[in-house]
Amino acid sequence: MSEATLHAEHHHGPDKGILRWLYTTNHKDIGTMYLILALSSLLIGGIMAFVIRAELFEPGLQLVDPNFFNQMTTMHGLIMVFGAIMPAFVGLANWLVPMMIGAPDMALPRINNWSFWLLPFAFGMLLSTLFMEGGAPNFGWTFYAPLSTTYAPPSVTFFIFSVHIMGISSIMGAVNVIVTIFNMRAPGMTFMKMPLFVWTWLITAFLLIAVMPVLAGAVTMMLMDIHFGTSFFDAGGGGDPVLFQHVFWFFGHPEVYIMILPAFGIVSHIIATFSRKPLFGYTSMVLATASIAFLSFIVWVHHMFTVGLPLAAELFFMYSTMLIAVPTGVKVFNWVTTMFKGSLTFETPMLFSIAFVVLFTIGGLSGLMLAIAPVDFQYHDTYFVVAHFHYVLVPGALFSILAAVYYWLPKWCGRMYSETLGKWHFWLSFIGVNLTFFPMHFIGLAGMPRRIPDYALQFADFNAIVSVGAFIFGTSQLIFIYNVWRTTLGGVGEKATPEVWDNPTGLEWTIPSPAPYHTFQEPPKVD
Amino acid sequence: MNTPRYYVPARSHWPIIGAGAVFLTILSLARSIQESSSGEVSGLTLALTVVAGCAMLFMLFGWFGEVIKEGLQGYNSDQLKKSFRFSMGWFIFSEVMFFAGFFGALFYARMFAVPWLGGEGDKGVSNMLWEGFSAQWPLLTTPDMEKFPGATSVINAWKLPLINTALLVTSSFTLTFSHHALRAKDKQKTLLWLGLTLLLGFTFLVIQVYEYGHAMNDLGLTLNAGIYGSTFFMLTGFHGAHVTLGAIMLTVMFFRVKKDHFKPDDHFGFEASAWYWHFVDVVWLMLFVFVYVI
Amino acid sequence: MRLGMLSVVPAFLLSTTSQSALAEWGLNITEGVTSLSQEIYSLHMIIFYICVAIAVVVFGVMLYSIIYHRKSRGAEASNFHESTTVEIIWTIIPLLILVVMAVPATSTLIDMYDNSDSDIDIQVTGYQWKWRYTYLNEEIDFFSNLSTPQDQINNESDKGEHYLLEVDKPLVIPINKKVRFLLTANDVIHSWWVPDLAVKKDTIPGFINESWARVEKPGIYRGQCTELCGAGHGYMPIVVKAVSESEYEEWVVAQKAESLASQEVKEMSYDELYALGEKVYATNCLACHQATGLGIPPVFPALKDSPIVKGSIDDHIDMVLNGKPGTAMAAYADQLTVTEVAAVVTYERNAWENNTGDTVTPAQVDALKNK
Ligand code: HEA
Ligand code: HEA
Ligand code: HEC
Ligand code: CUA
Ligand SMILES: [Cu+2]
Repeated sequence: MSEATLHAEHHHGPDKGILRWLYTTNHKDIGTMYLILALSSLLIGGIMAFVIRAELFEPGLQLVDPNFFNQMTTMHGLIMVFGAIMPAFVGLANWLVPMMIGAPDMALPRINNWSFWLLPFAFGMLLSTLFMEGGAPNFGWTFYAPLSTTYAPPSVTFFIFSVHIMGISSIMGAVNVIVTIFNMRAPGMTFMKMPLFVWTWLITAFLLIAVMPVLAGAVTMMLMDIHFGTSFFDAGGGGDPVLFQHVFWFFGHPEVYIMILPAFGIVSHIIATFSRKPLFGYTSMVLATASIAFLSFIVWVHHMFTVGLPLAAELFFMYSTMLIAVPTGVKVFNWVTTMFKGSLTFETPMLFSIAFVVLFTIGGLSGLMLAIAPVDFQYHDTYFVVAHFHYVLVPGALFSILAAVYYWLPKWCGRMYSETLGKWHFWLSFIGVNLTFFPMHFIGLAGMPRRIPDYALQFADFNAIVSVGAFIFGTSQLIFIYNVWRTTLGGVGEKATPEVWDNPTGLEWTIPSPAPYHTFQEPPKVD
Repeated sequence: MNTPRYYVPARSHWPIIGAGAVFLTILSLARSIQESSSGEVSGLTLALTVVAGCAMLFMLFGWFGEVIKEGLQGYNSDQLKKSFRFSMGWFIFSEVMFFAGFFGALFYARMFAVPWLGGEGDKGVSNMLWEGFSAQWPLLTTPDMEKFPGATSVINAWKLPLINTALLVTSSFTLTFSHHALRAKDKQKTLLWLGLTLLLGFTFLVIQVYEYGHAMNDLGLTLNAGIYGSTFFMLTGFHGAHVTLGAIMLTVMFFRVKKDHFKPDDHFGFEASAWYWHFVDVVWLMLFVFVYVI
Repeated sequence: MRLGMLSVVPAFLLSTTSQSALAEWGLNITEGVTSLSQEIYSLHMIIFYICVAIAVVVFGVMLYSIIYHRKSRGAEASNFHESTTVEIIWTIIPLLILVVMAVPATSTLIDMYDNSDSDIDIQVTGYQWKWRYTYLNEEIDFFSNLSTPQDQINNESDKGEHYLLEVDKPLVIPINKKVRFLLTANDVIHSWWVPDLAVKKDTIPGFINESWARVEKPGIYRGQCTELCGAGHGYMPIVVKAVSESEYEEWVVAQKAESLASQEVKEMSYDELYALGEKVYATNCLACHQATGLGIPPVFPALKDSPIVKGSIDDHIDMVLNGKPGTAMAAYADQLTVTEVAAVVTYERNAWENNTGDTVTPAQVDALKNK
């Protein structure tokens, strides 16, 4: 692929002003908008986490009343999951998938813009519930019936419909990704040559299309129970509140892999680059990803071990859940082996990726402990679970996103970020994240339930530590924001070469930095 | 895969209008549901509904119109055509999963919840709370008859539903005939078979509406009739909505055939609508078996 | 888990709220007082050590590479990137480890599910936000409410030792008997958890779940509701008092006498009623209708200036006795004695400047209740 191919006639740049963003069909613009949305949500969700942590700093009710506390917990979970992590990955997919497979754009550029613009409306609607009479949803991000139906605040109707809009957006976004990957690869880019980020996103998109409609079904049943007298979740009519949980978790468990598979892809790229070695076990990485996706459909009941299920069900779902450790282990071992006998350097993306592997593994191992059904009876709905999922989500998913931004930012904007600030950001985040989430294991094991605004005295010390850690972690993200701002809009930082790093692999490194507005108008040849 | 030049559509105002229209529609829906359950639907909401409806129509006609125009002008590369086909396929898959959720609810209620409440199986002790309730399916006597008065009797599968099954299955055939005729460049036959398909489809809908009336008025089968009514109406209702959508799509195709929009080897709009129609048909067969017969 | 302590040391220095002694810091799950809870505890420890071992190996190799294979040390990258043998090995070994974990897990789970041959059956019902205990073989049936005073929660007075883990009436069970719990709920899903008994089961409205415990040691065991159940979720603790069999028999007899006594219709003055009503209100109604009587509209209505509270006395009593089906307002006929209902109604009609001046007598309530 040479520079010459880029000089096609179709060489107009972006439009000026706000209309550029409203009318755009360009995957890079849309990717940028997704990333900005994700960052905003992270801030909003993060501020909600601060409210939670401030209230839990010491026992007693200080800042908020219990009902508002529940609203914060619920909205924090929802916004982080649907507003921060998922859109961030979609944004990365938009930026990277076409560049990685040598396509000029996404397969359906207009649908792409539509998928994006649905989201601000959806989140606007969701956030507006905070100002409605009776307050925002207060039934947890898992919104179990009947707390979320018969006993819910009136704003639940708006919550339901905002989930519908997000669902439409995610499904259309995922269809777009799948079609792009199936149909837009450059000649020679066979499936087994695709970069891992593309592979993991292909599988993620499949998961999205399979489970988002089920979530839509779940909230629709809620809507019907609330307003139209059906009895899906009411034993009085022959329904069952537990039915809700089955439907929800059939969506919910694949959902958590939706939030981690693209991360696996990102980390695979970064570790290989900074180890200066090809990724170890490409084929097994692909197979492992596919196995994880397959297994993710048959493990959902591990969230419901204490709900009172037949013994056979408990055993089946315990075994199937444990099995996920095997393909995930393969991935971890492959990363470690990639580093082994490499020639390692530790730029910011690599630091975040190494932290990812270590801390995700810790989260995965606590997940495995949770999978042991009899013991989960002691862990379930305590802070041990909160510790588990923050380990896989924050130093897991979120760290991988940060790593990705540092890694590809020079490609996007043509300048290097400040490595010093990056290192500060990493170390403060690393310390902060562990300070926040590690002690949660202890409080959980010692018996503190989750989703409570106030707690018994023996949990006081650790909770104070956790709150301090949360404050360190949260504020250190300001460094990140500043660093990105100065590199992109501020225009500081040295110019990046097309390769940016030391001999990275992938088509995206063959084009200039910053990547031109239109890339690969004529397909590159891959051999 | 030998891609010629890739067609990047120029910037477009339809997506943002589309997003706004969807939002307004859903907002007005949410508001009317919310308000009608606690009193009167406000004037503002009604106005919003009208605006949303207009915006939706404007967007649909505008956006699809533009896509059709591009197609007719030959902008669509083979690659893009392939993308359209893939997309429609995956979209239908997402619809399959949507129905799977409701079928799952039906199976769960029949195989677990209702038997447990009636004192059978692993959680049979639950019957302590519902003395006198015993499990049966279709569930006519609910555990709490005051809150959820069950239906008085079951819909007979071998009357209207059977007729409806026949209608839909036939319509799948007539649609295929129409498709063959389109490929054979026989416009008259294409329109004839397509028109017949539409007739069958609309008859299905009329019968379905009649059957709903019968169920609610004569059999006491309502949304409020417990889990049998809930699953019955959700599954058949969403199916009916999909039939309606499919029929609208086919109607549009009817007029597009008339306007000679399609070529024997290039008629994706027609094919997509046909796929959708077959999908709706298959869902009905599942419904017929699991909701009506068994 | 002790290893992890390292990372919390610096923060420990920061923490100033050290209210409990260091020794009391719980870091691990309890061994508990039933054979099952001990089985679970040792299972937990086994898995934990296996996980630590895996982590040590994985992180060890990684650390080794980080130290010895860094470019700044002049490490040259090798080029190997595939080995089917290795992949197979590290698929099989974890699989074997999992089998090792699954065997004891399965047998423990089977024990947990053995609900047969119980000596005592107790129905546990979750309410927003309190527990109800019904002894199915005796005529004992009572509610158990949080007893921590509101001013401790609001930081207006010092917090007691069992802050938020204390109730007005604990569940009493005998030791060395197999007690079967039949768990259900009245409104939303709750979850009944006592760590020392290793019992945690969700209570599902309309369904009954089963669980059991055979406590081996007398003592007081505390737990909490562990399923989000609304605003009061953090305030519905569980206290189980395990006593010797003879003590239990005595308790049963006393309990029956007390329940007879509470059915009496007493005569009380306005002041007595108002004072009692204030207490009843604080334990039963305050969570929703709030101390100010303003509620949390629109879900929980205000009682101050409420048309029902300021209107007909009979309607007011009826609302409290029978609640309003389909809303969070539960029927209190079973939960409160007629005297208590009279008291709380009197209180509501006169508190928060409602000042109706009405005195509602227990006899009035009794008459309505028996209608
Ligand atoms: C990115 C998100 C993510 C990821 C990747 C995971 C991964 C896993 N999770 Fe997690 N989980 C959540 C997000 C996630 N989880 C969330 C959000 C919740 C709570 C939801 C709520 O209630 O609000 C939750 C809750 C949750 C529960 C329910 C707990 C409860 O409520 O009681 C369980 C129980 O089984 C569980 C298990 C697992 C397992 C076994 C994995 C596995 O995939 C982990 C596999 C990884 C490893 C095991 C480590 C690496 C492997 C090796 C080094 C190989 C060698 C290892 C062995 C042989 C043991 N998770
Ligand atoms: C998906 C990702 C995700 C992420 C990234 C986070 C991030 C964080 N979470 Fe989150 N959390 C969830 C997902 C996530 N969480 C979910 C799903 C739940 C379950 C909800 C439920 O139970 O229903 C949950 C629940 C949850 C709880 C339990 C609440 C309860 O049970 O009551 C707690 C408690 O400490 C918590 C804390 C935090 C903290 C401190 C962070 C920190 O990492 C956040 C750090 C902050 C930022 C990254 C933003 C940066 C902020 C600034 C730059 C602004 C600076 C401003 C000031 C100084 C004022 N979370
Ligand atoms: C779990 C929450 C909850 C608790 C606890 C509760 N209530 Fe209520 N209460 C409600 C709700 C919800 C309503 C509104 C019912 C409706 O929709 O009309 C209500 C309504 C009322 C009303 C009628 C007010 C009006 O204007 O409509 C009275 C009187 C009342 N409650 C008294 C009490 C008393 C006395 C207690 C305690 C013994 C109590 N409540 C405990 C939730 C609660
Ligand atoms: Cu009851 Cu939580
Ligand atoms: Cu899961």
